[in-house]
Amino acid sequence: MSFEAFKTLTSRTVVLPQENIDTDQIIPARFLTTTVKDGLGKSAFYDWRYDEDGRPKNSSVFNGVNPETHKILVAGSNFGCGSSREHAPWALSDFGFRAVISSDIADIFKSNAQKNGLLPVEVDEETHKKLLASPGAEVTIDLEACEVTFGDGETGRFPIEPFARRCLLDGVDPLGHLLNQMPDIEAYEKR
Amino acid sequence: MSVASSSPQSFPKSLFDKLWERHVVVEEGDEAPAVLYIDLHLIHEVTSPQAFSVLDERNLKVRRPDKTFGTLDHSTPTLPANAKGEWPYATPEAKTQVERLIENCEKHSVELLGLGDPRRGIVHVIGPELGLTQPGKTIVCGDSHTSTHGAFGALAFGIGTTEVGHVLATQCVLQRKPKSMRVIFDGELPKGVGAKDMALAMIAQIGADGGQGYAMEFAGEAVQALSMEGRMTLCNMSIEAGARFGMVAPDETTFEWLHGRDYAPKGLAWNEALADWTELKTELGAHFDKEVHVDARAIRPMITYGVSPDAAAPVDGLAPAPLSEAEHHAADYMKFEAGKSFSEATVDRVFIGSCTNSRLSDLREAAIVMRGRKVKPGVVTLIVPGSEAVKRAAEEESLHEIFLAAGAEWREPGCSMCIAMNGDSGQPGELVVSTSNRNFIGRQGKGVRTVLASPATAAASAIEGRIADPRPYLFARESA
Repeated sequence: MSFEAFKTLTSRTVVLPQENIDTDQIIPARFLTTTVKDGLGKSAFYDWRYDEDGRPKNSSVFNGVNPETHKILVAGSNFGCGSSREHAPWALSDFGFRAVISSDIADIFKSNAQKNGLLPVEVDEETHKKLLASPGAEVTIDLEACEVTFGDGETGRFPIEPFARRCLLDGVDPLGHLLNQMPDIEAYEKR
Repeated sequence: MSVASSSPQSFPKSLFDKLWERHVVVEEGDEAPAVLYIDLHLIHEVTSPQAFSVLDERNLKVRRPDKTFGTLDHSTPTLPANAKGEWPYATPEAKTQVERLIENCEKHSVELLGLGDPRRGIVHVIGPELGLTQPGKTIVCGDSHTSTHGAFGALAFGIGTTEVGHVLATQCVLQRKPKSMRVIFDGELPKGVGAKDMALAMIAQIGADGGQGYAMEFAGEAVQALSMEGRMTLCNMSIEAGARFGMVAPDETTFEWLHGRDYAPKGLAWNEALADWTELKTELGAHFDKEVHVDARAIRPMITYGVSPDAAAPVDGLAPAPLSEAEHHAADYMKFEAGKSFSEATVDRVFIGSCTNSRLSDLREAAIVMRGRKVKPGVVTLIVPGSEAVKRAAEEESLHEIFLAAGAEWREPGCSMCIAMNGDSGQPGELVVSTSNRNFIGRQGKGVRTVLASPATAAASAIEGRIADPRPYLFARESA
């Protein structure tokens, strides 16, 4: 599997300040009966975007969001908690997002996102606060330097597991790496 | 002995350290995570089709069908098939998804518990029940509640669909060793309080992200005293505190529970397994990155009042005043008025089931409360056993007759209203008391307000039509 390599990204943000946004919010379970990965963007944050009759909600922050110019989601802490559904990063990617910034991103979501070219960025509290306070801001994410830049040249560093970073920079899923370990796997099985 | 530091005995090890060490194929380094071997891969219809598609695209096979085991649970109907054997699927897509898993398992020679199989059930119920789940194993599934199996002293964790593909193709996952955390429940639980209450009390204490990045071991007097079913309930909800791994050291309770199960070792192999499993405990002085104490003696029956599982409080208490913006938002959604007793909240629906609380002991607990009583008129009460085996065992004890006589519905096994993707769901605005694991907005249907609780609390709430303390019911039976 491969996806678009992630080097640097400059784009505007969509801000969802709520804490603990779980994967049921990102994509409700009723959309999980699919057998493919594609086309889930229309279901992303469905119940936040549409009312009971399927009409766009006036209050939704997604109104007027242009996926071409708003590729960065900034969210409250513990983003992506709950279910392990990979449909969540599939839906966000298909909607047009290429990165999610929070102070704290749930483990399984983070791992799933990294395997699909959606960059999870965990920034310090101060940077997080500033980004939450400026919806629509232009932000640059540099994965080589592990740095976010915004406003008047303000910067914040973010940590990322080195192997996941390599895979994102190269645009590859780690399956190839695992398949290369086959001699060791076979040796383990004979122990 | 020359260099003590190279001796494996030199540092006391935790259960988690031991489980981890046993399964490392390639050690982790700066450049890459560890390659971790997987002993048991459980699959279900929702998180596997895209993984099988990757195998097909890359012309790969399931490397170890003998270590892969499938069941159908999430999208499956809980109403029975008609006379023609047709199941009432909620949508054509749900049917397609089920058929896809059947095809994939046939193609790759993976054993699957299909609809109608007397062993079928929720993935985290059937694994232990069949004895597939054993101490010392690494167990994964494309499902966050895989932590349930840690109750047996297994290293069990939820993975995403890409990783499901990795395990199908290589029987391994790439994983860095998480930090370790021990949660010690001190003292004995009061009467009328159970594992679900322990889980909710623990999550309320440490927060929904309190276990983020950790593997949790549950220990202490109250944990040791739990039945296997109780330990499963507790480990099941470790993910609700953010921890992918939850575990309890195996002991006599574990061994007794597993003995004689279909896939458990037999004869001489059983004795060898016991000798090995007995080693699987945390040594005195083992290092934990974090340790938390929960006072078991102070736990009361718990419910949730918000939209995150850490918003939990004693059922006999008052709704707290919201402080943060998030709490105000949750309070607006849940409609609990600050300072008012929870028992003033009218209940519309009750769900007893899910991988958290659908085992025989859970149903017995609900039956103690419901026996000889009626569900409050208008309260739709769904009781969904976790597996065909649980259903049969409950029916042998006539528990279903107690539920039916009370006015509850007795359904076919499945995940049902826990995830509400099979057609079982609440209506907008309804208050649902549920024995499942997540009270997220819309989890049980659009606009549904979910209150998490134990089977006893859910049953008492069904009877009273409002949120109810189960203890008077449990104690009344005891003194009768």
